[in-house]
Parts: sequence; structure tokens; C-alpha cells
Amino acid sequence: MDLSYSDEEKAFREEVRTFLKEKLPKELSDKVRGGDELGKADIERWHAILNEQGWLAPNWPKKFGGAEWNAVQRHIFEEEAAAHHAPRIVPFGLSMLAPVLQKFGSKEQQDYWLPRILSGEDWWCQGYSEPGAGSDLASLKTTAVRDGDHYIVNGQKTWTTLGQHANMIFCLVRTDKDVKQQEGISFLLIDMNTPGIEVRPIILLDGSAEVNEVFFNDVKVPAENLVGEENKGWTYAKYLLTHERTNIAGVGFSQAGLTAVKRIAKAEMAGGKPLIQNPHFAARLAQVEIDLQAMSTTNLRIISKAAAGTAPGVESSMLKVKGTIIRQEINDLARRAAGAYAMPFASEAIEGSNAGLPDPLAAGPVAAQYFNNRKLSIFGGSNEIQRGIIAKVTMGG
Amino acid sequence: MNFELTEERQMLQDTLRRYLREKYDTATRNKIIASDAGYSAEIWSELAELGVIGALFTEEQGGFGGKGFDITTVFEELGRAGVVEPFLDTGVLAGGLIADLGTDDQKAHVEEIIAGSLQLAFAHGEPTSRYDLNRVQTTAKTDGDDIVLNGHKAVVVNAEAADMLVVSARESGEPGDDAGISLFLVPADTKGVTVQGYGLLAGGRAAEVMLDDVKVPASARLGDAGKALPAIEARVAKAAVAQVAETLGAMETATRLTRDYLGTRKQFGRPIGSFQALAHRMSDLQIEMEQARSSVINAAGHLESDRAIRESHVSAAKNLLGRAGRLVAEESIQMHGGIAMTQEYELAHIAKRIVMADHRFGDTDHHLERFIALSAA
Ligand SMILES: Cc1cc2nc3c(=O)[nH]c(=O)nc-3n(C[C@H](O)[C@H](O)[C@H](O)COP(=O)(O)OP(=O)(O)OC[C@H]3O[C@@H](n4cnc5c(N)ncnc54)[C@H](O)[C@@H]3O)c2cc1C
Ligand SMILES: Cc1cc2nc3c(=O)[nH]c(=O)nc-3n(C[C@H](O)[C@H](O)[C@H](O)COP(=O)(O)OP(=O)(O)OC[C@H]3O[C@@H](n4cnc5c(N)ncnc54)[C@H](O)[C@@H]3O)c2cc1C
Repeated sequence: MDLSYSDEEKAFREEVRTFLKEKLPKELSDKVRGGDELGKADIERWHAILNEQGWLAPNWPKKFGGAEWNAVQRHIFEEEAAAHHAPRIVPFGLSMLAPVLQKFGSKEQQDYWLPRILSGEDWWCQGYSEPGAGSDLASLKTTAVRDGDHYIVNGQKTWTTLGQHANMIFCLVRTDKDVKQQEGISFLLIDMNTPGIEVRPIILLDGSAEVNEVFFNDVKVPAENLVGEENKGWTYAKYLLTHERTNIAGVGFSQAGLTAVKRIAKAEMAGGKPLIQNPHFAARLAQVEIDLQAMSTTNLRIISKAAAGTAPGVESSMLKVKGTIIRQEINDLARRAAGAYAMPFASEAIEGSNAGLPDPLAAGPVAAQYFNNRKLSIFGGSNEIQRGIIAKVTMGG
Repeated sequence: MNFELTEERQMLQDTLRRYLREKYDTATRNKIIASDAGYSAEIWSELAELGVIGALFTEEQGGFGGKGFDITTVFEELGRAGVVEPFLDTGVLAGGLIADLGTDDQKAHVEEIIAGSLQLAFAHGEPTSRYDLNRVQTTAKTDGDDIVLNGHKAVVVNAEAADMLVVSARESGEPGDDAGISLFLVPADTKGVTVQGYGLLAGGRAAEVMLDDVKVPASARLGDAGKALPAIEARVAKAAVAQVAETLGAMETATRLTRDYLGTRKQFGRPIGSFQALAHRMSDLQIEMEQARSSVINAAGHLESDRAIRESHVSAAKNLLGRAGRLVAEESIQMHGGIAMTQEYELAHIAKRIVMADHRFGDTDHHLERFIALSAA
């Protein structure tokens, strides 16, 4: 047992810090810190900066142009990036589709699509969920029927995160209705500009426009956009879901969130003293901090095991459940800390004509974030589904 | 003991429920929230006509209710429908203070309030007061026959629409002193009043109100000089009871929607409510609902009691509804899955009403500490 980072790891952390200090544009970190929604251009700008540094694809093998960092390096980067309020990397192309293409795609697909992910030429979104197929993903109904050298796609996807920015979508589609659900699914890459596709925004409860419905009406997709074999899509889909696991606990986000809570609680006055000195509030804060400290070590324990070649299994479900509980608790504390100043509608109070609010520190969009992050325990396999997985594995049921 | 509503209150409840069910669906409400005014003048006057505001005042004051259970009857229905119109601010807080403390001239406004033709706001909280009622820093200085007000009032709900503001200010002492606080009735267009408005996350609008050498005649004072705190506390108690009743109504809606959804949404070929992981949690919510209802009844039934008893029940209800409300809101969203995250689904707004109620009149933690202090006293 040695809880300290090695000299190389420490040096790596310094390198990351220096890079973030020099290269992370202040406009971007200000937006992230203030909880503003990032626009497409903001995200593309950050991706380009990382790409120039060769750090955009930390999980990719070097032969595909990735950094090939080990799990501890990735953890360090995520921690530092969150602490410096860097925009998060949009995962759909980089850490969802790319591993699938690298493992199951043809050489032509790899050569064509992977460089375009790095360069930002393509913006990918994830077309898995449907109105009737959420947790029960395998019940999906969108169909793709082979017609010569094309597939004809009909159906609807939903909850498509940032689909409004995307020009490409990877979809699970049904190619065989007559077999067990999981055995009739294929993995298809679809150009969003194809005739017959319509994208409609879904406004979320915090007013944000981050998800969409995507409709497919006789959409013609070239057969060469099929990944791997027809009807083997479920295998690829599950590989995708289980592949990118290191950041599932969101430790970096929680640490940054906790810092923000402390900042607010120092500025906010309660009973004539800073709120952070209130024993009751301090106790709540301490409890989360204790949980987070342990979570951080759990996370490192699990990913170092993965680094040594063992795939994280049921532990990643545990990280997801506990990590999201902690993040949501921190969001709750932030909202609580802000007192009455949590009430203003964030986007209006922050971006609108009210930028001069008396205490912008406390009046941040903390309540909007609290509501938005209810999604953390719903998506990526809901916490109930994760608990089901844990029970199945640990109890052998 | 009798836990039934009186016939009059039952009628009021039925009338309100029917009206709101017909007139106040999610699409209508979302339109109202997005509008510049943030409330509907039409809904306001129709509800006033149905007696919503009159029920908040006693007969001596010109109304036909005014007791704890009148207030909770009205607000539970408003909460059930997720109403964003500022009845709490005009009817209970500012209007109530005028009725409690006003001279005959000042009380003449009550008739207009009940008729729905006057909008009011209570400008009391300040950037550093958090939930303490006595931490008033805004000053009131006598200048001949006039009074000059200076200060900054924070998150004043309904300030933009208000024709008049009830403003608290300190005539003597320090922020945190109980003595020295007075109330003033200030027309919103008085020189030196600046209202900087914004929408609220859970609907409705509020503002930062700046008072720069605002001059009002001494006759604008509501009640005795420097002695307003007990009246403020008693009014805020009524507002807090109104608010917990509103939250209870909203929680009813949230649990109803969730129960229905668990019965109809199918995944893995079965209604999701058949998964024990959800069924048990739904049961917990039902249990908490009963607790919440009892707590609201306790608070409403003790509103006319002595201060110590009244305030202890108010703090108990705010604490319990804060906890149960958060649980109901979060669990309802979670058990719905993604659909609950969308603005056009009713639960989204209802959940925001429930959670954001914790940010007015003191939150769960504040009232826990206050309950302890009141118990120790
Ligand atoms: C903000 C947001 C962004 C998203 N982005 C994307 C995206 O980019 N691409 C994409 O494809 N999808 C996306 N999703 C969809 C997400 O993956 C689904 O919401 C998720 O799979 C849950 O499905 P559902 O919403 O249909 O809920 P349901 O599956 O209907 O679940 C409802 C409730 O039932 C519970 N439940 C279901 N089955 C069981 C069971 N067997 N045992 C116990 N409880 C159960 C669930 O946990 C939940 O509490 C996103 C969702 C959100 C909210
Ligand atoms: C955006 C998104 C993210 C997701 N993220 C994840 C994730 O992180 N992790 C994850 O695991 N899934 C994830 N999913 C997938 C979803 O949770 C799956 O549908 C779920 O894992 C269960 O799928 P399945 O049962 O059809 O899978 P299968 O691969 O078919 O698994 C076998 C299933 O068959 C059933 N089964 C097998 N034998 C029996 C038996 N004897 N009796 C009863 N039932 C039996 C079990 O329920 C078991 O789950 C995600 C989905 C979406 C949309």
C-alpha cells in the first residue's frame, strides 16, 4: 500500500496544470465556473486546443492518434480539468463510438471516421434510447431494412444529447424482428443531413436545450455504414456502454462542486456570520466531503486494477451509484447554501440584463444545476438498473 | 377532535379544484411563466371572484375566512395545480400586514385587495439577512414630517407588478435587534424606488428593490414605530403555513402522477411499478404524504395559539415539509426516468415548486435549529 502518487505521476500532474493554466481560455473557464450553457463553438474550440496538444483522445491507442494514457493519468487529468473549470469533453464520438470502431469497425471505417472525430469535422450523437425503449434498451423498434446497397431506416430516437449540434448519429436499429430481441439489432452510422431526418428539441426542466428527439422517415443509409456484422449490434452496444468507465464516478466534478459550495457558504451570511461557520451546515458539508474522500480512493483502487489489466466489472456500477449520489448531494448543498438567491431563474439572472445582481456569487445557477443533475441517476443505465446489476453479480442471482 | 373541513371550506375547495382543473393545465401555465408579466391577470381576477383572496381575510377585515384552515384550504388547491400567481405575496403577506396593522385609511385598501384590483409585495429580506426576520439593515430616518428610506431589499417576489410595497426598515438599533423595526406602505412609483426584476426558476417573478432616499410621509408608517417585528413574525407564520399547504398540494400531484406512471409505463414487458425496487419507494412516499398532511394540520391548527406554540409548529412543518418535499420531488423524478426531466411534463414544474419552496421563509435546516431553540426556551 502506498497512497502517494509516483514521481512520474506527480510530474504528469504538473504538466497538466501548466497546460491548463496556459491554454485553457478564460472565457471558457468563466462559463463553466458560472454554470453557463456552452455553445457548439465553445466546445469545438476546447476540443481543438486539446487535439493540438495530442490530449483529445486520452483513451485511444497511439496508433489511432490517441494519448494512450493509463487509468491513473486519466484520473489526474479529469481531476485537474474539473478543478480548473475546463469544459468537459463531449464523449459521443471520442469515448463511445471510437472504441467500437477501433474494435469492430473495418479498416476503411477506421481510416475514414477516426481522424474526423479528432479534427472535429464530425460531431456525433448517440441514438440508443427510444420513447418505448429506455432501461429496456433491447426492445427498441427503429427499423433498418436492407434495400440493395442501402438500408431504409424508419422510427424515432429520443433524449439525443446535443443532437442539435451533430452531423452524425450512431444508432441501434432493428434488422431482424423474428429472433430474440437482442439478436436482431444492428449498429448503424447515419448522416444527420440525409433527407427524412428531423430533429426536434426537448426543453428540460431547468430551461436548457441539451436533448432532442430524432425522427427517421424512409432514411437511406449506405450499407457500408453498418459497423461489424448485421444483427450483432447488441454486442457492440454493450461494449460501448461498458468501455468508458473511468470517469463514471465524476470525482473531479464533485471536487469542483464542493469547492463551489464552500465559496458560496463563505459569502452567504446566516445569523450575522458566514454560513460556513454554522455548525449544522458545516456538518452537512463535512459529511459529503468525507464521502467524497473515500469515493476518490475507491475510484483510484478500481481504476488501478483496471490499469493492471482487469476490466472493471460490477465495481463500475458501484461507482456510478455512489458517485451520482454524492454529486447530487453536493448540488443540493449548493442550492441550500445560496438561500433566497437560489430562486432566480439562472439563465435570466446570469446572462440577461441582470448581470448586476447584488451577489452573483450566491445567485449563480445552483438550483438549475440541482434540477439538471437529477439526470445523473437516470441516464447511462439508471441507478436502479445498476443496483440490479450489482445484486445479480454479488448474489449470483 | 374533528378532522373534516367545514362545509364552507369544503365548497371552496371543490370550486377551486374544479376551476383550476379546467383552466390551469401545464401548457397554459408554461405560457404564463414565459410571459413578461409572469402571471395571468385573467386568472388572477377570476380566482379573486371565486373568493380566493377573500378567504384569506377575517370577517372583521372584510373577508370571510382568515383562519389557519381557510389559508391551508386555498393554498393546498393552488399548490395542487402549480399556480404561480402571487396570492401569497399580495393576499397573505403584504395585504395581511395592512389588515393587521393599518389605520382606517390604510385598511381601505383591503377591499381592493379582495376584489383583485391591487397588487402588493412585501419588501423585507435583504442580501445578508438570509432567513432571519430581525436582520434589517435598511434605514428609516425622520426628516421633519417625512421619513426617508435607504437600503436594498432582496428577491422581493411580485415587486414589479406591485402597486404598493410594504417595506421594512430600521428606525433604531442594529441589524439583528428585535426592536427598532418599522413597516411603511410605499407606492411603487415613489421617487427613489428602483425595481430590478427577474424570473424565478419555479415560476413567477421577483426583483431586487433599491431604496435611494425614498421619501414618504410619516402617515405611511404601518403600525407603531420600531415595534413591527412581532407583527411581521406572526404574518410570516401565516405565509409559511400557506406555503407548506401549497407544497402539500404539489406533493399530492407529484405522487399521483408517479403512481399513475408506475402503473402504465412498461419496460421489460411489465409495468415498472411491478418492480419492487420502485413499489417500495412509492409506498414510502405515501407514508411521508400522511406525515406531511398531519404536519400542515398541526401548524394550521396552532396559528392562533401563543407565540411559542405557534412558532414551534410552524418550524416543525417547514422542517418536515422541507424533508418530505425533497424526497417526494426527487423520487418522483427518478421513478419516472427521463420524461420527468422535460419542461412540458407536469411533474417538472410541480417538482420545482416543491423544492424551491424551501428557499422562502427559512429552509429545512433553519427551521430545525429554530425548533431546537424554541423547545429549549
Ligand atoms: C438528460 C438526458 C440525456 C440523455 N442522453 C441520451 C443520449 O444521448 N442518447 C441516448 O440514447 N439516451 C440518452 N438518454 C436516455 C437515458 O439513457 C434513459 O433516460 C434511461 O435509459 C432511462 O430510460 P427511461 O427514461 O425511458 O426510463 P424508464 O426505463 O422508463 O425507467 C423509469 C423508471 O423505472 C426504473 N426501472 C426500469 N426498469 C427497472 C427494473 N428492471 N428494475 C427496477 N427499476 C426499473 C428506472 O430506473 C426508472 O426509475 C438521456 C436521458 C436524459 C434524462
Ligand atoms: C444510454 C444508455 C446507457 C446504458 N448504460 C448501461 C450501463 O451502463 N450498464 C448496463 O449494463 N446497461 C446499460 N444500458 C442498457 C440497459 O440498462 C439494458 O437494457 C439493461 O442492462 C438490461 O438489458 P437486457 O436485460 O435486455 O440485457 P441482456 O444482455 O439480454 O441480459 C440478459 C438479461 O436477460 C434477463 N434474464 C436472463 N436470464 C434470465 C432469467 N433466467 N430470468 C429472468 N430474466 C433473465 C436478465 O434481466 C438480464 O438482464 C444502457 C442503456 C442506455 C439507453
